[in-house]
Amino acid sequence: MKNDDATELLDVDGLTAAIDKHEILRGIKLNVRAGEVHAIMGPNGSGKSTFAKVLAGHPAYEVTGGTVRFEGADLLELSPEERARAGVFLGFQYPVEVPGVTNSGFLRLAYNTVQLARGNEELDPLEFDDFVRDKMQLLEMHPDFLERSLNAGFSGGEKKRNEILQMALLEPRLAILDETDSGLDIDALRIVANGVNQLHTDQNAVVLVTHYQRLLDYIEPDYVHVMENGRIIKTGDKSLAHELESRGYDWVAREYSERAA
Amino acid sequence: MSAVIQNLVNQPYKHGFHTDIESDVTARGLSEDVIRGISAKKNEPEWLLEFRLKAYQHWLTMTEPKWPNVKYPKIDFQNISYYSAPKAKATKKSMDEVDPELLRTFEKLGVPMHERAALAGVAVDVIFDSVSVTTTYKEKLAEFGIVFCSFSEAVHNHPELVKQYLGSVVPHTDNFYAALNSAVFTDGSFCFIPKGVKCPMDLSTYFRINTEESGQFERTLIVAEEGASVSYLEGCTAPQFDTNQLHAAVVELVALDNADIKYSTVQNWYAGDADGKGGIYNFVTKRGLCKGVNSKISWTQVETGSAITWKYPSCVLLGDNSVGEFYSVALTNHHQQADTGTKMVHIGKNTRSRIISKGISAGQSNNSYRGLVKIGTRADGARNYSQCDSMLIGDRCGAHTFPYLQVANKSATVEHEASTSKIGEEQLFYFSSRGIETEEAVSMIINGFVRDVFIHLPMEFAVEATKLLGLKLEGSVG
Repeated sequence: MKNDDATELLDVDGLTAAIDKHEILRGIKLNVRAGEVHAIMGPNGSGKSTFAKVLAGHPAYEVTGGTVRFEGADLLELSPEERARAGVFLGFQYPVEVPGVTNSGFLRLAYNTVQLARGNEELDPLEFDDFVRDKMQLLEMHPDFLERSLNAGFSGGEKKRNEILQMALLEPRLAILDETDSGLDIDALRIVANGVNQLHTDQNAVVLVTHYQRLLDYIEPDYVHVMENGRIIKTGDKSLAHELESRGYDWVAREYSERAA
Repeated sequence: MSAVIQNLVNQPYKHGFHTDIESDVTARGLSEDVIRGISAKKNEPEWLLEFRLKAYQHWLTMTEPKWPNVKYPKIDFQNISYYSAPKAKATKKSMDEVDPELLRTFEKLGVPMHERAALAGVAVDVIFDSVSVTTTYKEKLAEFGIVFCSFSEAVHNHPELVKQYLGSVVPHTDNFYAALNSAVFTDGSFCFIPKGVKCPMDLSTYFRINTEESGQFERTLIVAEEGASVSYLEGCTAPQFDTNQLHAAVVELVALDNADIKYSTVQNWYAGDADGKGGIYNFVTKRGLCKGVNSKISWTQVETGSAITWKYPSCVLLGDNSVGEFYSVALTNHHQQADTGTKMVHIGKNTRSRIISKGISAGQSNNSYRGLVKIGTRADGARNYSQCDSMLIGDRCGAHTFPYLQVANKSATVEHEASTSKIGEEQLFYFSSRGIETEEAVSMIINGFVRDVFIHLPMEFAVEATKLLGLKLEGSVG
């Protein structure tokens, strides 16, 4: 829901970032207010996933310029842990598998760490079990998930549901979901999208990084941004996503370079 | 990221102190005279001297094994002292007679050997350099007919048992280091559980090498008669020296019909410094014989120390329906090298074995699993399951798996699974993006990795082992 009076959550200005001295982000500008849903689209290699990881503080990327403010504070000053505790959440495109670590143990540690940092009470294993089962219903997850090793042997759809479950537990103010729709069949897509919609309120914001329009049939964006070569080159409303679906990306790039020239 | 991981794995060794205690150390070098000298010092019967000399003669014909995946400069066996004992009264009736400096050493190590250890409910035999210092709970165990004492005492008080079983599982001809041990072993633990007795408490031996030039050659012999059962724990530490010390022990276990022996080790010998200087060469032969039907021998080991570890706690499954188990966690860091695993030799019918091995490599270390599963012609219906998992921390270490399967019976089932994983940037970033500190993440990943093995450790040992892994892998995150 667009609301120009809502609190500004994220203010990215002139952000540049590199990996191994190779520049990927070349000056990104983006503002996100509470209550909004943004979609970032663009061809492969345009820098969408890099942008998501840089916001979450991935150590492989070096920020070379620009500013990122989250709820008014300098986000780039914070470690990835601090960002998570402050309310930034990254839903991974490829969640890592960790054999031997139970999903429930991991979820509880993450939950309690974040709760403590926010001045709230920790939950003991029994309380947490009740709490997490409740959240799992939202994503139609079988309770067996809790006893399995973290993401190990999960199908693509199971991994993504587990990501959204973590979003439900950590209650971020800004959720960046990196290609959460990739590898999902239509039922899983509906369940995941439904979960995100239920978690989305006028107090938080969602940034969807995606290739395809189909996710946006389920989660309606307020803004659609097109990324190309490390920059946001066009911003529109949800109709832009449909246009991209039918016409591809090339025309946006052409339009941009003509404008630049 | 490697800086973070390097910090994590750079914990100093906590047991590296040396106790200033007067020792009776024989001159370096090995000869028949030295062996006669050791035997005389220990006031041994003639048959034991003969056992030693026979082993020595055989050892002279042998060469060091070259097949392990480890590298070290040639050992000069004439430059080692083969006997070192704390100078004190010849025999000790109670703890009060033990050198107080020794007691302080073991207090520092956290070994519960005082009478107040009653609370811990563990009987302890303590071996300092080559000699058994004290054994607790002897009288209480004697009420059950259980013998738990130093090897030397057993030679004098139970010669018939020692004579019957010594070398029956690991003969003096077995391998280079077993032959050497048979020639020069100085002390160790002896444990005998008579027919039908379930040992009422865990038995524990604590080994400590203290002298710089000495090797430690102890011998452990555990016999469980028909229907008996025992759980045995072994812990080891050594001071920090720039030179390498040789530890070449032999452990023999014998389980008769329906007997059950569980042997757990937490090995934390000094591993050398961050540049690979100093540390213990741990060249050990451990083997259990499931002699009787339905007998069971279970090895659980947590190997975190030593510059080089070379050991294969094994089971010979002779009795029908007998069971052998091997659960292992081997951690190597810095320049440590480990070549460890097991041998499961199936001879009897319907024998079963299970191998779970977890190797963790960090720094520039090398960690190898080497295991043999051998199914004999008569072993109808034998079954084995092996699982070997390796975890790499950082990108300068190595993990290797050498499984050997020899199956000579068509009705046997042998399964082998292996995996390699890596604690890398992506895994740690996943945890940190959920608010979890790197140190906590590493500890959670490692504990998850070793869980299948640690559940087989006795409770208090599991706690100690978890702490030990933590110490070895956690640290100040910069």
